[in-house]
Amino acid sequence: MQANTLSGGFVDPAIGSAHAFRSVMEAMARPGTIQNIEGAAPPAPLSPAMGAVLLTLCDTETPVYLAGDLDCKAVREWLSFHTGAPFVGPAHCMFAVGAWDALAPLTVYPIGTSEYPDRSATLIVKCSELAASGATLTGPGIKDKATLSLPDVDAFQANRSLFPLGLDFILTSGDRIAALPRSTDVSGSSSEAAAHKGAS
Amino acid sequence: MTEYNFAYLDEQTKRMIRRAILKGLAIPGYQVPFASREMPMPYGWGTGGVQVSAAVLTPEDTFKVIDQGADDTTNAVSIRSFFQRTAGVATTTSTSDATVIQTRHRIPEEPLHEGQILVYQVPIPEPLRFLEPRESETRKMHSLEEYGLMHVKLYEDISRHGHIATSYAYPVKVEGRYVMDPSPIPKFDNPKLGDMAAIQLFGAGREQRIYALPPYTKVVSLDFEDHPFEASKADHPCGMCGATDSYLDEVIIDDAGGRMFVCSDTDYCEARQAAGHMGKDNGGKDAA
Amino acid sequence: MYVAVKGGERAIENAHAWIAEERRGDTDIAELSIAQIREQLSLAVNRVMAEGSLYDPDLAALAIKQARGDLIEAIFLIRAYRTTLPRFGASEPVDTGAMACDRRISATFKDLPGGQVLGPTFDYTHRLLDFKLAADGEALEAPSREAAPGDVPHVTDFLNREGLIEEAPHDDTPPPDLTREPLEIPAERALRLQALTRADEGFTLGLAYSTQRGYGRNHAFVGELRIGSVPVEMDIPELGFSVEIGEVTLTECETVNQFKGSKIEPPQFTRGYGLVFGQTERKAISMALVDRALRWEELGEDNVGAPAQDAEFVLYHADNIQATGFLEHIKLPHYVDFQSELELVRKLRRKAGAQQVQEAAE
Repeated sequence: MQANTLSGGFVDPAIGSAHAFRSVMEAMARPGTIQNIEGAAPPAPLSPAMGAVLLTLCDTETPVYLAGDLDCKAVREWLSFHTGAPFVGPAHCMFAVGAWDALAPLTVYPIGTSEYPDRSATLIVKCSELAASGATLTGPGIKDKATLSLPDVDAFQANRSLFPLGLDFILTSGDRIAALPRSTDVSGSSSEAAAHKGAS
Repeated sequence: MTEYNFAYLDEQTKRMIRRAILKGLAIPGYQVPFASREMPMPYGWGTGGVQVSAAVLTPEDTFKVIDQGADDTTNAVSIRSFFQRTAGVATTTSTSDATVIQTRHRIPEEPLHEGQILVYQVPIPEPLRFLEPRESETRKMHSLEEYGLMHVKLYEDISRHGHIATSYAYPVKVEGRYVMDPSPIPKFDNPKLGDMAAIQLFGAGREQRIYALPPYTKVVSLDFEDHPFEASKADHPCGMCGATDSYLDEVIIDDAGGRMFVCSDTDYCEARQAAGHMGKDNGGKDAA
Repeated sequence: MYVAVKGGERAIENAHAWIAEERRGDTDIAELSIAQIREQLSLAVNRVMAEGSLYDPDLAALAIKQARGDLIEAIFLIRAYRTTLPRFGASEPVDTGAMACDRRISATFKDLPGGQVLGPTFDYTHRLLDFKLAADGEALEAPSREAAPGDVPHVTDFLNREGLIEEAPHDDTPPPDLTREPLEIPAERALRLQALTRADEGFTLGLAYSTQRGYGRNHAFVGELRIGSVPVEMDIPELGFSVEIGEVTLTECETVNQFKGSKIEPPQFTRGYGLVFGQTERKAISMALVDRALRWEELGEDNVGAPAQDAEFVLYHADNIQATGFLEHIKLPHYVDFQSELELVRKLRRKAGAQQVQEAAE
């Protein structure tokens, strides 16, 4: 067990997670807005924002899927020590954590059932940037429309079409987050999406 | 107060409630089951709202509690002092100064702004419950979007009474999908539910459900083309502040059955009086 | 002139002071100690532990004292305290076959291994007020003898050996916990049993009684009723084995129910089960009857529409803390809703009145 496994949690868990939750809730309630989230210092490759979200929402009752390079010893040990969350594959997770490409394909995650649409995964996505430009967002939580840099557009549109089933996303970059619930309509494009498609 | 955790609930319980709130926001109007805890106040007295408030409060918040629109009703006093003691939050009676407002049966008259959270105490979260007592059935009806029974009930009212005989807890449809119980607010308050700048969270403790309306959500009160929804209130101005646009309580003032009408929202009424508006029972002219 | 009601805070403080004074009663009378309640009102303590879902006789006694003897209020105090307790783990299942029985009776066999032990029961007392107690009469010392050695096997095991009773195979699936997860229907038997063991005694009794009177009758015999203490063991991962962490007193009731067979099951006896904290035999027997009634579906019986067969009805209404809270909340202010109803009724009456006038004119 490394020294930083034990550190990097909220200094005062009750207060730290209360503040962090308000950032997450504001983000989820107002898709497209970008919130600061503080208090966590997790080991790389977890970002401070991802760390804070995980500390706030995860515990022994929430199976977590670590995608791609996030599935490493340092992250596993840190997350186990601070949350006790069990690690599972994507099909059984409540939270999935990773870079956009590593999280693909989205079809493997639980999207809830028609009687319990809440039993769906929340994906915590590591983004290279988070800016109020790019794709256009409309829907609940958004006054007229919002813009947000998204790693993809088609995938979010496909997710929206499943409503009320579907996945919810918390997009993170450094110590900032934004959210994209399944209820948000996404249109237009983004640079990352274009680059992504060009490559495939 | 050091015996209990910040805002009373343990962290694991808060996380569970917080996860439910996020799913509620992602699926507006859908009732998310949550493992409601026994609280130190009775079920039915706002335990759902209290648990939601406990999960969202931070030490920097300014907290307001109203019951029937009033800050000084005993249960509002009791809940306010609970969080004063367990979370150390500042409290206020001013609607505009509050960052978190817990309410029973009313939406404040003053429009809420961004950055505010309105937490409703909900007794029976299921809008279809009085038509179908079985949870297993109503859950199916929501999943299939089968709301015909509700329309039939409302229409039966019309054919019998000439109009819809539901005056509070009037059902709404959220974003064209889920039929939702807005808690027992008078239907006068229904138009405020939609397009609100604040976040609205609903907590039903005994029934173990949380649901939510993100800001600027489309909320429509159920109605019929030939019988459109009508928000109604007593047809009087407030006797104290003269307001003609606020929901009124009726107060019996003498043995002869004399009555007067007063704003149910005490903060709204007091602010108007402080600004010089006086109603006819308060030395003022008839209306403002 | 009308003045908006103020002073809710002071009213509450004063009410609390008053209730404390009322609780104490006449201060010339000695105050009850927790130990007195624990020792002398032990059946009340047992009920509070059972329905409060917390095995702690001293805390239950404290709750009874604080609640002025209102047992539902005491259960509520215990429940609210219980939710705040951290959870360190789960014990191993207790083995009631190894129970040190104070009482053990079977209504189905005249004699059986382990014997019939009447124990401390009201059963054959004549319900005559004992005025000696009013005069602080010292209790008689009961005669005693050495406990018979060896386990006390379950009656149902004998029936099982002959294949006359349905199998109850060993199952290590961790049971769900309705204090940590929202109740969901359909509820499996383990969850139903958890709900029933903490259910209101009166409600459970009423339901059980209704099955005896024909509302979902299931012909129950008390195969066995036993009361006694069992050790509680917990697996300590650091040690690699389980250690005894304490002892609890339990009441267990196994009913043997006549069953003519159904489309899916052969004719055989079936089981109802009750297990409750403390000496609580009325509750345990009631629980076993209701458990059996709720099993109609898995046994392929007909649903005759009896209340005790309706799992959703039973489970949603059996908890007295939920029930009393919601029932009593109607004394809270409802000015706003009532006002909207007033307006509505006035409007409907105006309309009805106008219609009558019109009809009269026609």
